[in-house]
Order: sequence, then structure tokens, then C-alpha cells
Amino acid sequence: MQVTSSQFKQTARVKLTDPRLQAALRKLQGNFVKGRADRIAELDNFEDIRDAAAAVRDRALAHLDRYLEEFENNATARGAMVHWAETAADVNRIVCEIAARHGVRRIAKSKSMVTEECGLNDALEAAGYEVVETDLGEYILQLAREHPSHIVAPVVHKSRDEVSDLFAAKHGQPRKSDIAELTREARLMLRPRFLAADMGVTGANFLIAETGSTLIVTNEGNGRMVTTLPRVHVAITGIEKVVPTLEDIATLMRLLPRHGTGQSVTNYISVTTGARGRDETDGPEHFHIVLVDAGRTGLLGTDLQPMLRCIRCGACMNHCPVYQSIGGHAYGWVYPGPMGSVLTPSYAGLENALDLPHAATLCNQCGVVCPVKIPLPELLRKLREQQFERRLRPAAERMGLALWGRIAQRPALYAFAARIAAKILAWIGGREKLVHSLPFAGGWTGGRDLPAPEGRTFRDLYARRGATREESGEIK
Amino acid sequence: MSARDRILGRIRAAQGKAPVASPQERAVVASYIGARAPGPCPSLDWDPAVRFRERVLALSSTYEDVGAIEDAPRAVAHYLRGQALPLTAVCWPELSSLPWQEAGLVVETRAARGDDLVGITGAYCAIAETGTLMLLSGPHTPAAASLLPETHIAIMRADRLVGTMEDAWRLLRAESGAPPRAVNFVSGPSRTADIEQTLTLGAHGPYRVHVVLVR
Ligand code: SF4
Repeated sequence: MQVTSSQFKQTARVKLTDPRLQAALRKLQGNFVKGRADRIAELDNFEDIRDAAAAVRDRALAHLDRYLEEFENNATARGAMVHWAETAADVNRIVCEIAARHGVRRIAKSKSMVTEECGLNDALEAAGYEVVETDLGEYILQLAREHPSHIVAPVVHKSRDEVSDLFAAKHGQPRKSDIAELTREARLMLRPRFLAADMGVTGANFLIAETGSTLIVTNEGNGRMVTTLPRVHVAITGIEKVVPTLEDIATLMRLLPRHGTGQSVTNYISVTTGARGRDETDGPEHFHIVLVDAGRTGLLGTDLQPMLRCIRCGACMNHCPVYQSIGGHAYGWVYPGPMGSVLTPSYAGLENALDLPHAATLCNQCGVVCPVKIPLPELLRKLREQQFERRLRPAAERMGLALWGRIAQRPALYAFAARIAAKILAWIGGREKLVHSLPFAGGWTGGRDLPAPEGRTFRDLYARRGATREESGEIK
Repeated sequence: MSARDRILGRIRAAQGKAPVASPQERAVVASYIGARAPGPCPSLDWDPAVRFRERVLALSSTYEDVGAIEDAPRAVAHYLRGQALPLTAVCWPELSSLPWQEAGLVVETRAARGDDLVGITGAYCAIAETGTLMLLSGPHTPAAASLLPETHIAIMRADRLVGTMEDAWRLLRAESGAPPRAVNFVSGPSRTADIEQTLTLGAHGPYRVHVVLVR
């Protein structure tokens, strides 16, 4: 998928004034945020489970190469074919080759963010294959030729009315407005396509080293369809998704659905190992697994390695005040919200996503809710530092910060400068005591006023207070 | 050098490791996998049968008990009549010998088709903590029977009820070693909330799941 993160500010401005999007985002907070809170209250040792989940992911990352080899050995022993893809382009090439080898024409897909990274659908269509997305949300997006705006609820930005219009136009059937009827219509359109598909393409929430299995969690049942009915199954996922054992899966499954959709368990958890056995009446005859790097190894061994613990639950975006205000599209790539603000610069280039590490208030809501304890604000700060070091920030900002840095190292000068600045701001603020606009800070004052400082600076007050306390004998 | 070797090489280099894993590293990984240590579980201070029933209902499935496996067909027929559903079903070969005909049902044991309306399956075991059925694929337990029909009826024995997913894995390892091609954990009828976050039952899989527990 193309990266449009450089237009973050322009897009965000539009999204802020889109009433339909704003209403949709409010609903998300109600359902996913409250749902998560209610469901984690069911676990009386929630923090222990969370620590254990983070440890499971860290353990896998600490010996990533060994667990991947273990996975590969066990998957191969069960008859799966394991492929390795270094880049997004490799993924597309490998999947096209698999399709060609098995004489595939029709492909049914279940939701996979890794294939969004690669733009796999476009590549398959360009190669002449018929591809249908079967997750309801992704199906809607495919019809509308749009991208997902949330990693769990891809179509959260669209209203029922828009879906009604879209279905009426594309399905050529009477317009329906009831959500259950719309869902039924999609079911009836997609059922024959599941049955006719030669190849099913899925992601994998996890790879299990112990057994060589891939695992997907779904609610709709489409993931089960595409791993059961077509004669070829291709599972595509990042190399970081490996976990050692089935016990580790049990730990992670207590957290993923709760944080993802506010469910104690998802409808389906499907663990697939190898191809169809002899005498079985269903299941794919060929099972391929594509393990994708595409930037992941670049995070290993760096300050950003904890990001690879991510289990793609979406809780960080659901709780992020920035995401809650602008939705997912402004982030400009596959992954929105705080996790996206770390992943997009990391996978798609720091210089292509200059605003993303700043698209956060660093309020740490994301860090507090992340089920695998990824310190997201800290990682965003690291990226900001990298931008500064690589001179990717605007000259004015760099100069300003350098100047501030130099002054801050001289306490007397700093105190003097702060006093002057407070005086000037108080003077600009006038009788209203509000600053309406400031040079170099137009972005900040564009949407709000800055209260003008009153009286002394903090340092002055602090110094005075210390002195009075000392006099009264409070501090020795 | 293959893509595989380059990726594995990059991983090791990034983590400051020698190009080839040491025997020690291998031992650490092998012993962790070998130990299969369960993580922390929440307090499981409930009666499994009570909890299972409660969770099944919370997941929008329906539930009933029967005294013996031979009673299951009658219970299934009664359920289908009550819901005004057809009395024709596709069924797991494993359950083909039950007295279906006597109960007034027409049951076929074959691979499920896209237009089957009722599917009858057993379950390998069920997890009380979450109200989840664990289904294993196999020649006598095909996966599509619990997926394609609009109504899924699962018949399971009460002595196959376990507490947690950890217990379910332990049972599977003890009884058959490795997992079969497909292990499907099923927790209620298929659902979606993709449009306006409004929960709708019956997305691509069953609209209804009815659990019959044989005491
Ligand atoms: S960063 Fe944490 S909260 Fe965000 S999607 Fe990943 S696991 Fe979930």
C-alpha cells in the first residue's frame, strides 16, 4: 500500500470536521473501550496474565531465529510448504507463483493486515486472478475501493447509509437499510464465492513453533471458510508472530479478544497444521505459509524492538485521543493510531512519515492499555529523537530547540529569558489576558488562545517558596 | 544465499549473535518448548458444568441437558421443531449410529454442502471458562459440518468438559500427541459488528448454535 503519511496534517484537518466520521468514532469509544474495561474485570489476576503475555512475546523475540526454524521444521514435517519473503514485493511474487503452480483462478481472502502492507490484492489482480475479500468490512472496502481505517474494525469510518448505497449500486438489488439485512445480503453474495474459490488467503495471528501451526481468530466464520473449502491455503504473516507453545497461546487468548473487540473469547479460534489428511472430506490439499520480514528485522536489537511484541489488538488506537478525533485514514498507511505511528516510520521510512511520531499527546493511555505492555510513548519519543538527529525536522524547529538547549544549560540566563518572555506575553495578552496569535506558533494558536502568563515565573515562585519554608523551619 | 538464510542471518546480526546458534541457545529453546509450562490462570472457583452453561448462554447459543446419548436425537428433533427449522440435517459420521430416524429426523452422513440448513456434530471437548467447543477435523469429524449450515447442533458428553484452554491442549497431547489438520474453537453463532459497530448474528457461519450436553 502506498504511504500518504506526509499529508497527515491536511487530512487530519478534513477529518476533524467530518460529522459522520466523528459520530462513528464516538461509538467506537463506547463499544471497544467500555468492552475492554468490562472484560478485563473478569480476570482477577489480569496484571499477572499481562506480564506473562509480554514475557511470551519477549521470549519469542529473544530467540526469534531459533523459534522460526523450529516452526519451519514442524510445519514442514506436517506437509506445509514454508516460504520466506524479505520484502512486500517478494510476498506478492511468491503468492502469484503459488497460484500459478496450482492452476488457481479464483481466490477468497480473509482479513490480513500484512497483505495490506504488500498491496497483494492489486498484484494478484494485475496477474489476472479474481480476488474477493470476505471479511464483511474488508468486502465493503473492496467494493468501495477504499483502505481500512482500523486494524480490527476496518470500516468503522463508514455509515450504514453509505453501505446501503454501495450495496444497492454494486449488487443491483433493492436498497436495504437494516444492518442485519445488509449482512445477509453480503452472506448470500459471498457464499458461492467461498464454494468456488480455488485458493484461500489468510493472515495468521500467531505461528506456533511447537507444532508448526498457524492460528487465526475470527468472528464471522470467513476465516474458517477459506481455510476449509478451497484446495489451496496460503497463510501470510510477519516473522515476529511466532510463539513457542500451545500454552502460550492460551495465555495470549485471554487478552487478545478482550482488548480487540471487548469479547472474552472470539467466536472462532482456528489452529491449522499441515494439509488435508488421507480420508478427510474437507481441508486444503496444499498448505503454504509465507513468513514476511519487510522491515521487521530492522527493529530487532534497537530501542524499538518492544514494538514487535504487538498482537494487533487495536486497543492503543481505541484509547488514543488523537485517533478518537481523526480516525485512521489520516495516518496514511496500513496501521493507524499509536502503534501505526511507530510502525509506519519504521517500515515505510522515517522521512515518509515525519508527522506521525508527533501525532500523539504522549498521554500514555496507549501504554496503559497495551496488553503486551509496549511503552508506546517512549518509542514515539525515540523516533522524535531520531528525526532530530537525522536532521529531518524543519530548520526553524531545529534552530529553536538548539537555542533553547543552549539557554537551558545556563540557569541564570534561563531565568532571565523566562522572565522577559513572561513579561512580553503578558503585554501581548493585554487586558484580555489571552494571546491570539504568536510568530512560529501559528499551528498552536490557530485553533485556540494561549492564556498569557500572570505575575512571576515558576522558578521565581519556587525559589521564594523554598525560602519561606526554610525560614519557618519546614525544610532542613 | 536464500531469502530464508538472509532473514535468519539479519535476525542474528541485529541481536549481536554469532552467525550460527550455539548448542546453549538451542538447549534454552528446546527446554522451554519441552516444558510447556502453563501461564497464570484466573481463579477458577466455579463448578465447570454450571460455568459452561452460563457462558454458552452468554455467547447467544442455546443449551440443554439429556440423560443419555440415545436421547440426543429426540432432543434435537424437539429443538428443530420448536424453532420451525427443517428436520433434515447433515451429520458427523461419528454420530451416524444414533436413532435419528426414530426421532423423526432425516440425517445424512456426508460432507456438508453450501445449502445444508442443519449440521449436527460432536465435540472433542469443551472449555468451561469461556463456554467454548473444541472441534477437531478428521475423516469422521469433518470441519464444514459446523460451518456451512445455518444451524449448528453440537452434542457432547459431560465428561469431556475441561476447565481451561490449557486443559484442552493437555488432553489433546495426552490422547493424540499432535493437533490434527484443523482445531476449531467455537464460541457461539458467527457474528459481525463491522457495520456501525452493531452486533449481528449469522455472518458467514451459523446463525444458531445449540449445545446438547449428555450427562
Ligand atoms: S501496540 Fe499494544 S495495544 Fe496497540 S495494537 Fe499492538 S498490542 Fe494492541
